[in-house]
Amino acid sequence: MNPVLTIAGLTLREAQRRWLLVVGVLLGGAFVLVYTTGLWFIVQHSPCGPRARPCATPFQALEFRAGLNMGAILGLYVANFLTVITAVLLPIDTLSGEIASGVTQTLASKPIRRAEIVMGKWLAYWLLVAFYIVLTAGGVIVSVWAVSAIVSGSGFVPPLAARGLALILLEATVMLTISIAGGTRFSTVTNGMVALGVFGLGFLGGYVEQFGVMLVAGEAGRTVMRNIGTIISLLVPADALWRLAAYYLMPAIVRDLEVTPFNSMYPPSGAMVLWAIGYIVVVGAIAVRQFNNRAL
Amino acid sequence: MSPAAAFAVETRGLSRRFGAKVAVADLSLAIPRGEIFGFLGPNGAGKTTSVKILLSLVAPSGGAGTVLGAPLGDREVRRKIGFLPEHFRFHDSLSGRELLRFHGRLYGLGGAALERRIDVLLARMDLVDAAARPLREYSKGMTQRIGLAQALLNDPDLVFLDEPTSGLDPLGRLLVRDLLRELRARGTTVFLNSHLLGEVEATCDRVVFVKQGRTIHERTLAAESAHLEVELRLGAITPAMLARLTEFGTGVTESDGVVRLRVESDTTLPSIARWLVAHDVPLYEMRSRRPSLEQVFLEVMGSDQRPG
Repeated sequence: MNPVLTIAGLTLREAQRRWLLVVGVLLGGAFVLVYTTGLWFIVQHSPCGPRARPCATPFQALEFRAGLNMGAILGLYVANFLTVITAVLLPIDTLSGEIASGVTQTLASKPIRRAEIVMGKWLAYWLLVAFYIVLTAGGVIVSVWAVSAIVSGSGFVPPLAARGLALILLEATVMLTISIAGGTRFSTVTNGMVALGVFGLGFLGGYVEQFGVMLVAGEAGRTVMRNIGTIISLLVPADALWRLAAYYLMPAIVRDLEVTPFNSMYPPSGAMVLWAIGYIVVVGAIAVRQFNNRAL
Repeated sequence: MSPAAAFAVETRGLSRRFGAKVAVADLSLAIPRGEIFGFLGPNGAGKTTSVKILLSLVAPSGGAGTVLGAPLGDREVRRKIGFLPEHFRFHDSLSGRELLRFHGRLYGLGGAALERRIDVLLARMDLVDAAARPLREYSKGMTQRIGLAQALLNDPDLVFLDEPTSGLDPLGRLLVRDLLRELRARGTTVFLNSHLLGEVEATCDRVVFVKQGRTIHERTLAAESAHLEVELRLGAITPAMLARLTEFGTGVTESDGVVRLRVESDTTLPSIARWLVAHDVPLYEMRSRRPSLEQVFLEVMGSDQRPG
């Protein structure tokens, strides 16, 4: 069997034996359950929309659907946040911990490339994170659809939901790769601080860009804010991908109706997707190089 | 076979620095194939780093070498190498059998052949009963034995064992001793790092002493080379006589009428006796014995050593 698949298989088995999968499913399921319960009551009590109180005007109907859409975005915002934290924490000690304990010595002295160890672990954690996204973010979308179908008789799915989920996965992949790359260099605790700190920086960059543009008076100030945000998004292409996802998950009319911390009036350029993919490749290559040159 | 491949390990001037600290200063080794080689030295002498350099776990700062004829860093040659690290830690959620299966696959093994090999090794290491249990439930000795099995999965031509008996009880040590004999019979080269000098003495063909990253002494332990310590109780001892005795051996000392010296072989003993008689030196007693490796170790390392 290919060494990458052998390492990935072992990593998945470890995740299963350490109850990671069970805990992920239980907590992810609990999240979807709580979300669905809240959504159920909110939708039940909306001024119009439920079967018993059909909306009288097309505008009211639009408002009901906009409400459902915001509900979905809110749920996905939390799912996205949980996913990013999961993507950082899951692999946080996979390399640093095994280097410190000496487990890697018997792996790296086998007739395999060190890159295959990194790639195998990356693949396993990527699959786990993708599964977690299907569970939580997918759960939110199914929940919105099911609640709206049951309460109002017409199931609602946010526009471009698949594209939104793909962008959340891309964001999680960026953070996962940063976390694995950090593990080739730093101890577990330092790596956690670095990876979460980097994510926080990207998050802040998004806020500078969004609210700075809204709050700062004068075109010159707004341009500065936007540039700061863009530079940070290029350095850490994570939160920008969520904002792009949120942009795609809303119809244009709703975007213009409401601006909240959970969505985006000024979406990042679509080129951010290509940048993020390139970023993952480069950070992954740095991780491999770092691990190759490291004394084990 | 190229001349280089006659040696399982051959190095010239290997060195490794970690910042300002020199772990390996100038390591030159030539280990013939099939030899049980003991690598001895106090803690921090650079033994483990040397092994790691030979296994490409650590890149050398200088020097060069070959392992099984391939230059250091070669990946394919590792298919024929086994390794048990000093700090044997494995994925402890796996069972013993799963661990061996996983490491076997990394060697490129698989299928029924791998399963048969695992069965043989589990039986050899007396771990058949524990094969299905997770490693986290293993005792230290059991973990070390499964680690040994891991190092032998590929039926290696060269195996590095770094302190392979550190976690073993006397029975476990006996098992390793027998195992080393089996490996020798199969022609496997064994590179053994150990503190347990009694064990090294019982199993190794040759030892090299390393101190502060340098090889400082080499000794063949095979029976034909004796390295005897000779004690002579003499009637009259003069400085001139002591000076003459240095022609027979090294390390000539005198105390309380007893002269001690080291000779290369027991064939020197009659020559000493003849010389003493010819020079009318009263000889009351002549004893010879092989110094223990521990004595040699302490002597070679010098008095500046402190427990590591």
